[in-house]
Amino acid sequence: MSDHLPVLLVVVPLIAAPIAALIRSVRLSWLIACGASWWALYAAWGLLSRVRGGEVISYALGGWPAPYGIEYRVDAVNAWVILIVAAIASVATPYAYQSVRREVESDRVSLFYSAWILCLTGLLGISVTGDVFNVFVFLEISSLSAYALISLGQDRRALTSAYQYLIMGSIGATFIVIGIGLMYIMTGTLNMMDLSERLPAVMDTRAIPVAFAFLTVGFSLKLALFPLHLWLPNAYTFAPSAVTAFIAATATKVAVYMMLRFFFTVFGAAFAFDVMQVDLILLPLALVAILSTSLVAIHQQNVKRLLAYSSVAQIGYMILGVSLASVAGLTAGLLHLFNHALMKGALFMAMGCVMYRVGSVRIDAMAGLGKKMPWTMAAFVVGGLSIIGVPLTVGFISKWYLVQAALAAGLWWVAALVMVGSLMAVIYIWRVVEVAYLSPAPDGDGVAEAPLAMLIPLWVLVAANVYFGVNAGLTTEVATRAAEILMGVTS
Amino acid sequence: MSPVTVILAAVLLPVLAAGLVLFLGRWPNLREAVPIATGTALFAMIYSLMDVVRSGEVVRYSLIEVVPGVDLALHIEPLGVLFALVASFLWPVTTLYAVGYMRGHHEENQTRFFTFFAISIGAAMGVAFSANLFTLFAFYEVLTLCTFPLVTHHQTEEARNAGRIYLGILLTTSIAFQLLAIIWAWQVAGTVDFVRGGFLEGTASPLVLNVLLVLFVFGVGKAAVMPFHRWLPAAMVAPTPVSALLHAVAVVKAGVFTVLKVAVYVFGLDLMGELAVTPWLAWTAAATILIGSLVAFTKDNLKARLAYSTISQLSYIVLGAMLANAYGIIGGGMHIAMHAFGKITLFFAAGAIMVAAHEKKISRMHGLGRTMPFTFGAFFIGSLSIIGVPPAGGSWSKWYLGMGTMEAGQVGLLAVLMVSSLLGLVYLLEVPIRAFFSPPPPDSRRPDDVHEAPLPVLIAIGITATATVALFVNPGPFHELMTLLVTP
Repeated sequence: MSDHLPVLLVVVPLIAAPIAALIRSVRLSWLIACGASWWALYAAWGLLSRVRGGEVISYALGGWPAPYGIEYRVDAVNAWVILIVAAIASVATPYAYQSVRREVESDRVSLFYSAWILCLTGLLGISVTGDVFNVFVFLEISSLSAYALISLGQDRRALTSAYQYLIMGSIGATFIVIGIGLMYIMTGTLNMMDLSERLPAVMDTRAIPVAFAFLTVGFSLKLALFPLHLWLPNAYTFAPSAVTAFIAATATKVAVYMMLRFFFTVFGAAFAFDVMQVDLILLPLALVAILSTSLVAIHQQNVKRLLAYSSVAQIGYMILGVSLASVAGLTAGLLHLFNHALMKGALFMAMGCVMYRVGSVRIDAMAGLGKKMPWTMAAFVVGGLSIIGVPLTVGFISKWYLVQAALAAGLWWVAALVMVGSLMAVIYIWRVVEVAYLSPAPDGDGVAEAPLAMLIPLWVLVAANVYFGVNAGLTTEVATRAAEILMGVTS
Repeated sequence: MSPVTVILAAVLLPVLAAGLVLFLGRWPNLREAVPIATGTALFAMIYSLMDVVRSGEVVRYSLIEVVPGVDLALHIEPLGVLFALVASFLWPVTTLYAVGYMRGHHEENQTRFFTFFAISIGAAMGVAFSANLFTLFAFYEVLTLCTFPLVTHHQTEEARNAGRIYLGILLTTSIAFQLLAIIWAWQVAGTVDFVRGGFLEGTASPLVLNVLLVLFVFGVGKAAVMPFHRWLPAAMVAPTPVSALLHAVAVVKAGVFTVLKVAVYVFGLDLMGELAVTPWLAWTAAATILIGSLVAFTKDNLKARLAYSTISQLSYIVLGAMLANAYGIIGGGMHIAMHAFGKITLFFAAGAIMVAAHEKKISRMHGLGRTMPFTFGAFFIGSLSIIGVPPAGGSWSKWYLGMGTMEAGQVGLLAVLMVSSLLGLVYLLEVPIRAFFSPPPPDSRRPDDVHEAPLPVLIAIGITATATVALFVNPGPFHELMTLLVTP
């Protein structure tokens, strides 16, 4: 079975999704979703342990060899992303049960889990495949299911924000498919490795730079790079809490992965950074993203929206790492993929707990929660410290590598601006903490601690935030390996 | 106990004590006995490390490798033992004081208070024994964060603002400057491990090294070098035992400790002496010394006056480090201890006056000395130590600092030290002189039954005042440790 792990990773959830929809029992479809995500985690770990040393798994779908058939190709880069997606899903799905029961109408819950599993399938599929058109197919699967998930939010504005996301996301997907089409016209192939061999011959045509430009814009939309992030805050704010936790921790990460894969594997770092000089666009945009959206986050009254803007800023850190186009920079970016998933997952889950008990996530609604929901708010504090980058949390590890990469590139002012971003995070996180711990609670609203079924997944993520902040051996090893593969450096 | 066990226990014991305090919250006497007992044991354990330091044995213990090449690690060296001795001695004394103060003042949330107090001590121990810049920074930030609930203890609007300034300045300086400097040092040197004599020499251009030194000095916000000093007066809103913790036991001392440690173990005195920016930083410290003293003059609120006095005194230590010679380092290191004992006596006395007579303003303390002779007597002794005259311990550290300025050929700096001492003479001694020699003001609505503060408070004041004098007679371990630090 382990030979078929790459395809089983995707096929098992793909089959589970319609079953969850057909069963129409809340508990059973939730169990199926749990099973699918845990399977994915098992498979992801299996794949990662096989490619950790630098090997590559190539799997021919249906026995049709590449480049004729679809190839699933796993190396340290995508095994890493797959692990992130699967790990977050395995924690978010158990968490979803209580939260979704409260926030989604009961006759839609099984459909909800069906869309949830489909979204997971799409994200895993994008990551595992070695075929660019297959990327597009899975991208649509994950995006369409994500639109559906977001539209199930309680607030009526969930519908408009899902619609907004649909429009922006579809434009992004269209740009991507145009780029893929142009490459196909010029080379006649869709296999990534095949493309990387054939592209150099046609690099100096007009079509390939155009394809590159379309793809860059498409990916930037999907990963919410400033200023193409406008769909994100609404989508994250009005989606059901569990959906926000899941999507915020995974969807943008996979989009970053797509960008990395196309830039470094398909086009090659030399074309992307020396010929097209994409770093000249990415670096300033990343810095503006970090500073401007952190500033916007400071002024939010709704904590989910605050965290959403913070996400855009954090994506800036990842893209900043990518734009340095060095092993150190990519390592920092890839580390932050994982680390940010852990911290944002924990923070959004904590807000889901507050939503569950208080029914609002506005800052004023947090008054006195430090006493009434001590575990939830303590989790928020740890997650927040991680966002700030306090030592002994994962956020610090990301900062350490990112700043070091910027200094190694001689960009001391970039390093300084990264620190400024951290300080802005102090402000927006501490606004919430201050209200929760220092403001008196309104009397007699009977708010109690969130149910254990939500607290346990939340604290699993919190513990991971600390564990991988103190012992980052595994994460740095895999991220460095992945960065070396992308840069074509063999160690 | 092996030395490694001692340093691990030094960090863990206070944290365990914090857990126990939380658990025993319902029984106040038992709850407060825990930190007093733990602190006493801790001091005894750390004192046993003196032999290790004397033998010159290298003790380093790595807890875990966080990222390749950087580990969370502890080690034993003279400066750290000095800081740990001071903190572990003053922790049980401050707890004893807090028992009287918090009960006498009817403070709320006392369990939370004692819990975070104990965790702060654990963090301070971590700072003292950290073996590299990463570990130091980690514990430094933990110390910042777990003192936040103490500073905002009253949960009022004023406390909230103080908390903002406190966190704002300490986190801003530490993240924007100090962390940047640490990562930069790691980037150029490939190591962050403390090495006697420093590890930066020859690793980067003089420009970068100058920038790094500036980033380190201003990045240690806890050393309160101007213009990053505002958090100290702001934090005065906290209960007085917290002020004692901030000013004497842990927080500011962790700051100046870091500056000294960076001077000796990151740059090394030779490199410090060569850098063009070092004299400038020495003069910045000198400016802080003078301005701090002058501002202290203008404050009528006793705690605020003491806060500015602290700002001024901390820069003595920073100045000592920037003199880049052995006398400066000895003086700076000893001043950590001497200032701690002197200043904690002053704060204890200020708190006792608040509890017993409900007076905060110096202008309203006329005649109080007659009813509270013990408290004001102790205040007098503490003042002498801060000013630096016999028979108080502060004379020794000031002596060495003065020698350091001469050695560095900076007569101007010596003059600054003298002037500041004279200013201290006036603004500190005003308090006991008013209390003892002026009659109570005629309009005083002071109740007739003012008497000395509760017994635990008086015992604590007695201990620290006695220690202040004893350190003049015999500066003992502190002098020895600092000599060991600078002799190669």
